[in-house]
Amino acid sequence: MAIKVYGSPASTATLRVRACLAEKGLDYEFVPVDMRNKEHKSPEFLKRNPFGQVPAFEDGDLNLFESRAITQYLAHTYADKGTDLIIKDKDPKKMAIVAVWSEVESQKFDPICSKLAWELVLKPIFGMTIDNAVVEENEKKLEEVLDVYESRLSESKYLGGDSFTLADLHHIPVLKYLMGTKVKGLFDARPHVAAWAADILCRPAWLKVTSS
Amino acid sequence: MKLYGVPISTATLRALACLSEKNLDYEFVPVNMSAKEHKTPQFLSRNPFGQVPAFEDADLKLFESRAITQYLAHTYEDKGTDLIIRDPKKMAIVAVWIEVESQRFDPVASKLSWELAFKPKFGMVTDDAVVEENEKKLEEVLDVYESRLSESKYLGGDCFTLADLHHLPVVMYLMGTKVKKLFDARPHVKAWAAEIQSRPAWLKVAPS
Repeated sequence: MAIKVYGSPASTATLRVRACLAEKGLDYEFVPVDMRNKEHKSPEFLKRNPFGQVPAFEDGDLNLFESRAITQYLAHTYADKGTDLIIKDKDPKKMAIVAVWSEVESQKFDPICSKLAWELVLKPIFGMTIDNAVVEENEKKLEEVLDVYESRLSESKYLGGDSFTLADLHHIPVLKYLMGTKVKGLFDARPHVAAWAADILCRPAWLKVTSS
Repeated sequence: MKLYGVPISTATLRALACLSEKNLDYEFVPVNMSAKEHKTPQFLSRNPFGQVPAFEDADLKLFESRAITQYLAHTYEDKGTDLIIRDPKKMAIVAVWIEVESQRFDPVASKLSWELAFKPKFGMVTDDAVVEENEKKLEEVLDVYESRLSESKYLGGDCFTLADLHHLPVVMYLMGTKVKKLFDARPHVKAWAAEIQSRPAWLKVAPS
């Protein structure tokens, strides 16, 4: 198969890519990387991702890494397949707005939420102790970010505009993890954010990924 | 076109570098951050996160420096330096290294520039533990860069693109600190850093 994703089933970055492939209706081979045995640090894997992280990706002879570069590649290259994730009519102004909110996920949302997911979801799985100070600090920061999201989503159905795009998709895996923790309360307290979160988490393409 | 920001802000400089490379006419509108202008309702309507820069092109309002540069690079493809690549596979490689700057380099390098370049300016005390931790992380990132740049003239491929440009402001600040030696210890990184910083378009906007 031409498209291959090297990753781990629980990794949010891997899930980000798989969500995109599912939205585009693309066939691919999922190649599990044995992280427990440090396969992601092996010389062979480092050739695919020199930072030794999942996921890594190939489409024929093209090798990529960084989940948001992979999703951008898929969204542009397979623009005519499945869901339009970038605004196909290529209106530069509309695409610029999508780019803004993709950056917001990358620069504002993800750094905070990844810390919270690590503390509240992953640490318990690994039998590690939660750092409550880190949780409290990041919950405060998340509330400030979500206040901006609430305002945005009260004027716009999706973050990037009228339709679901990469700007929304990139949030899904971390959002899914946080909805299983007390942080869910912060999303639920903001009606437009709550509605948007529920909407994107019940997309058939995403449900396909989580049920596989 | 208007760019709202402050000349010392790395994010503002990132957008300025791009405007300069594209040879575009724009008005630079200084934001009075000491008077908390960036937290006023008027500014928040330009950037709801209350940060610089903010940008407008006619009726289009944008924020986030890397969204602004992407907009400029795509919309003004035919002006100035070509900062993206049309071939989808080659552009995908550029996108990878744009993400690397954003996800790997900047979080670490920004902490270092804050501690070593900005805090002293503001009369604040440098946190040596933070510096030590982030120097280690930066070395790991720069080892990857050294390897990449030994096979590729620029990060995204044969030509200078946004993948390189996005590094300029923070690299500039770090070169004025002890962190310079981490770049200098890696010959391809050292050469690349020197080259990108000597670009005429950058010299036009970089603070002296």
